[in-house]
Amino acid sequence: MALTPEEWQALQLSARVAACATLLCLPLGIALAWLMARRQFPGKFLVDALVQLPMVLPPVVPGYLLLLLLGTQGPIGGWLQAQFGIVLAFTWKGAVIASAVMAFPLMVQPVRLAFRQIDVRLEQAASTLGASPWRVFFSISLPLALPGVLAGALLCFSRSLGEFGATMAFVGNIPGETRTLPLAIYSFTHVPGGEAAAMRLSLLSIALAVAALLVSHFITRRAERLLGRSEGQVPRAAL
Amino acid sequence: MLHFDLHYQRGEFTLSAKAEIGEGVTALVGPSGAGKSTLLALLAGLLAPQVGTLRFGQQLLIDTAGKIQVPAWQRHFGLVFQDGQLFPHLSVRDNLLYGWHRRPAEQHRFTLQQVLALLEIGPLQSRRPAQLSGGERQRVALGRALLYSPRLLLLDEPLASLDERLKQQILPFLKRVKDETRLPMLYVSHLRAEVDYLADRVMVIEQGRLQP
Repeated sequence: MALTPEEWQALQLSARVAACATLLCLPLGIALAWLMARRQFPGKFLVDALVQLPMVLPPVVPGYLLLLLLGTQGPIGGWLQAQFGIVLAFTWKGAVIASAVMAFPLMVQPVRLAFRQIDVRLEQAASTLGASPWRVFFSISLPLALPGVLAGALLCFSRSLGEFGATMAFVGNIPGETRTLPLAIYSFTHVPGGEAAAMRLSLLSIALAVAALLVSHFITRRAERLLGRSEGQVPRAAL
Repeated sequence: MLHFDLHYQRGEFTLSAKAEIGEGVTALVGPSGAGKSTLLALLAGLLAPQVGTLRFGQQLLIDTAGKIQVPAWQRHFGLVFQDGQLFPHLSVRDNLLYGWHRRPAEQHRFTLQQVLALLEIGPLQSRRPAQLSGGERQRVALGRALLYSPRLLLLDEPLASLDERLKQQILPFLKRVKDETRLPMLYVSHLRAEVDYLADRVMVIEQGRLQP
């Protein structure tokens, strides 16, 4: 299955956008998941709802809101451009932001579940052995939540590969800049004679998604064996 | 050495405990639900009392009036849970050394080799906690707390999950720890024989009230 340069471009751009979105979501997602799993604070319900919101909204809506906020005319976008010369609208960086916003709930949920599965007494045991809260987090909580973190990262990556609506609304469909796989497929279905290319890229998308699920399954299994837990005790993160 | 006067309430349950604990082993006995584990958690810093004070020697660890509450990790008290609570992702060796690494070298009371030999866990070093029997796990948990070289050791029915043969092995070891280090220990147990063998004095707790 040979790809044309244009199709390669879309594939490479998708991979770069999805990887950057996942790297962006990882630290934020882990921090937020830990807060949601281990801490009570006022407005927790609102934070939870806000994080989940992109899952239930039409994707165009977050994309449009991003354009209003981060566009060159927007309050944050204008400030970024004036202060640092950073332009997000209609660039691949903006596509990363759009993907990250849409995929963030998929990162947070499995990580949060993984943290909740950890027996608090293990963390307490570490603290009675002289470990500071930071050390407890990095030496106990995070390693034990690792299967969830990996599952979340993979879901986040896969979701980012498929991001369409928010990307289209925020950064448009510019070949080589913001035309990721789904947008390329959409474009090919709109030009005469584009069916073969659309089909090739569709099959490629399916292959990538299946590969991501397999990798996730494999990593979770390995992690379970490493922790000496039998199957089913670690949340399989909605897979 | 350890002075406390603690008042703790959660829901219907209230605990009031005032005592002084010196060197050697103090047994804490009482029916289940009386507040034994709660008292240990308060001393270890895993729970915070609503009102009270806690002093170790000259150091004030809790003073609710002065808003002092030294966190668990800065108290240097060891705590052995009923069910070990070994870290499942670490080998036995790394479990044992977890607290050991947190203490400066000059404060180490035992070496890894001593603890391995005394608790007969040398051959288990590279195993994971999931590959251990209940008795093995409990011995590792005990070794882990000892290698942390705490200035007070809190033991919450540490032998409850062991069979008679292992109990008979570990009890003399605990007695040796007590005799050789003068490490103060607070030992929760409901077995008369254990208490008689090990304890220098006994405190009884009933329905959340400590009777010295």
